[in-house]
Amino acid sequence: MAGAIVVIFLIIVAVLAPVLTKWFGHPIDEYHIDQIDPTFSTPIGKFGGISREFLFGVEPTSGRDVFSRILYGAQTSLSVAFLSALLSTFLGTIFGLAAGFLGGWVDAVISRVMDFLLAFPQLLFAIALVSVLPDSFLFFGDRWSRVFVLVGVIGFFGWPYIGRIVRGQTLSLREREFVEASRSMGARSGRILFKELLPNLAAPILVYATLIIPTNILTEAALSFLGVGIPPPNPSWGGMLSDAVTFYSIDPMYMIIPGGMIFITVLAFNLFGDGLRDALDPKAR
Amino acid sequence: MASKKRVMAAAGVAITLGLTTAACGGGSDSDDKGGNSGGAAGYNAAITGVVNPSTTKGGTLNLWSSQDADSWDPVRGYYAFVWNLNRLYTRKLVDYSAAPGKDGLKLTPDLAAAEPEVSADKLTYTFKLRDGIKFDDGSPITSKDIKYGIERVWASDVLSGGPVYLPGILDPDKTYKGPYKDTDPNKLGLKSVTTPDDKTISFKLTKPSGDFLYLLAMPGSGPVPQKRDTGAQYGKKPASSGPYMFKDIQPGKSASWVRNPNWDPATDPIRKALPDAINLTITTNADDLDSRLLAGTADLDVGQVGVQAAARTKLLSDPNLKKNADNPVSGFLRYAGITPVAPLDNIECRKAVIYAADPTALQAAFGGPLAAGDIGTSMLPENIAGSDANYDPFNRKQGKPQVDKAKEALTACGKPNGFDLTITARNNRAQEVKAAEALQASLKAVGINAKIDQYDGAQQASITGSPDNVKKKGYGIIMAAWAADYPTGSGYMQPLSDSRFIPANGNYNLPEIKDPAIDELFDKANVEPDPTKAAEYYKQINTKIMEGAYYLPVVSAKALNYRNPRLTNVYIHDTFGQVDFQALGVNDGK
Repeated sequence: MAGAIVVIFLIIVAVLAPVLTKWFGHPIDEYHIDQIDPTFSTPIGKFGGISREFLFGVEPTSGRDVFSRILYGAQTSLSVAFLSALLSTFLGTIFGLAAGFLGGWVDAVISRVMDFLLAFPQLLFAIALVSVLPDSFLFFGDRWSRVFVLVGVIGFFGWPYIGRIVRGQTLSLREREFVEASRSMGARSGRILFKELLPNLAAPILVYATLIIPTNILTEAALSFLGVGIPPPNPSWGGMLSDAVTFYSIDPMYMIIPGGMIFITVLAFNLFGDGLRDALDPKAR
Repeated sequence: MASKKRVMAAAGVAITLGLTTAACGGGSDSDDKGGNSGGAAGYNAAITGVVNPSTTKGGTLNLWSSQDADSWDPVRGYYAFVWNLNRLYTRKLVDYSAAPGKDGLKLTPDLAAAEPEVSADKLTYTFKLRDGIKFDDGSPITSKDIKYGIERVWASDVLSGGPVYLPGILDPDKTYKGPYKDTDPNKLGLKSVTTPDDKTISFKLTKPSGDFLYLLAMPGSGPVPQKRDTGAQYGKKPASSGPYMFKDIQPGKSASWVRNPNWDPATDPIRKALPDAINLTITTNADDLDSRLLAGTADLDVGQVGVQAAARTKLLSDPNLKKNADNPVSGFLRYAGITPVAPLDNIECRKAVIYAADPTALQAAFGGPLAAGDIGTSMLPENIAGSDANYDPFNRKQGKPQVDKAKEALTACGKPNGFDLTITARNNRAQEVKAAEALQASLKAVGINAKIDQYDGAQQASITGSPDNVKKKGYGIIMAAWAADYPTGSGYMQPLSDSRFIPANGNYNLPEIKDPAIDELFDKANVEPDPTKAAEYYKQINTKIMEGAYYLPVVSAKALNYRNPRLTNVYIHDTFGQVDFQALGVNDGK
């Protein structure tokens, strides 16, 4: 329950980032050099320069508003996490259903592909892939193009987790009496798949989709930390953490804030997912 | 610096050779606290004088680095600290004097017994070698060893990485293919260098060059015994002609030197050779290195690029630590090259970029006035004759962006509402990316919308160094940095501004300046025998570059370095912008 409240709060904050920034913050790329001690590159004010004007303090060396950057970072983190969870759920459900229902060589091929992807060093591959894909395509700016690239990469490597669960559930469901019954009444495969099996799979799929989101947030943060995330000056939590490494001993607040945000978000999604599982899928306890 | 190949332009002899020894004391024009008349420790004391002058021998020098050498092979190394460390084991015909301040920019005969005899047409240089010079295995260093060492510069296909200047003067058509493809039985087939006897070596230049002796002072011009040359593997165990020889090299981990028993101090006017042993430890953790420095368990960071932010705070807030720190000018200039990609082919649009840039925000991105250096005002760094610290044509020193002037320039350019452009930064230089962001933010204030393109710094030569690629990708502003390979105006500025220095790959004349007046001034400077008059030409070139608004100077780089108080004979060598490693000793005998 607490998880759900935090999750909803975070989503609202991310959506309203432009408005909240206008009211309580400064534009994300506005420099405030006067807030920085030139000799040490750190904020002049105490606790990372936290003040009424800069709610979360300012970034070392540039004096950019950490509050605004955290809000816009939430947009990035949450949209990457949600969209890639959506992509892996979609792929996982389709392939899991097909493998479990059709069996035979289809099952063998899909299962081996899943094993292959699960054994793959995905973070290394993601780094390589992100750096060779184009910076901007179609009518999207470089920020959202990169978001979609990250979604594609993270979502693609995430589907086997859901795929395996869906396959396992399908295998046990397809032998159940109600499936037998509808098959003996002459129902076609399509009807059995979508009318009989899928509704029974909805609960585990929803639960596991929720539980991939925190993993995706961490993966996105890791990629940004390693410098292949969202291009500057657009903020992301992982990127802020990576900048903070240089300053952790002299301006710890700059590391605590994005680190704390990642911690809270991941914890909230995990609690939310667990709660959802308890409510929808009591057997899985 | 990445490798710089260049073709030499005409020149005369412009170098004063004088015997100089490491002198105590130095300039008195210092504005720093804790004056340094008696050689005592103090903040910045090693810039103007020698800290803890001493002749006490013994002990072990513990050097550290956060980066491994690119190569210990004198021909292949290009890092400044590696050139500096080469002074321990590589002697040359001439080398930079061991002295603080401007004296360090002068060359002293090293293996050569005296200054060279130069023919009237300034095309033939003849050196006589000293008596008693030997390699570490006891064999005498002959003129043929020096010639062989120099020939290795030609073999850049086998020995990649180092500078390739000498062929441009001695063999511009590259008829010689290097010693490994040499048909001569003694592998001494280079025609323009002759060795009439073991004590004489003579160079025949194809055109006069004022820079020639500086090229002979590079580590790659040192002697190499042919029988010990293992080609590309030579960097694993280079021979020594200097006071120290390699004991052990562990790539990525360490290097250590011990005394060379066959080095005779009487033959060497430059090197002091105080410690009995020298160890270099390589770490990947720069913060750990800083803590060791401040704790006194490491003597010096040979990288000399400054401590990290955390150590900077500790060091500057404790007077006992601060007195062991120096903040010298490193000779590097950080700047943004403005390319001829439209609309930047229009001088007014370039001016708009320069006026709109926030000098303080850019300086802060590199670490502020101490860690980054002073705000850059023009394109000639202060350790080079002809530079003028007060020349500030774009009024950058006051530290604020000049939005009104930028908008005026935009209107004059016909783009009153601004335009779009791309800034490039090397993705392996975090500060360069931060600086690109700072520039992006300040350009936005006048309506110039910039996109940042990060690229792999190792591919620099083919990405930003290729004018075709720059045009194709539409790179408008290229963040870069440059230091001279040798301290003259042409050594610094010619690759950046001479129209004859625009190769298809590895180009550093980023704005592709094609100004006949600038080219002509370089030609005049290179044949000018009087350094003061040459400096005047360099000053004019600098003015022309700035008037054309081709470059946005960002900072004239400085580094905040710490030296262990037990070190003796510490001074900043102006040629390297670093402590002169060969002069160091330790006072506690450990």
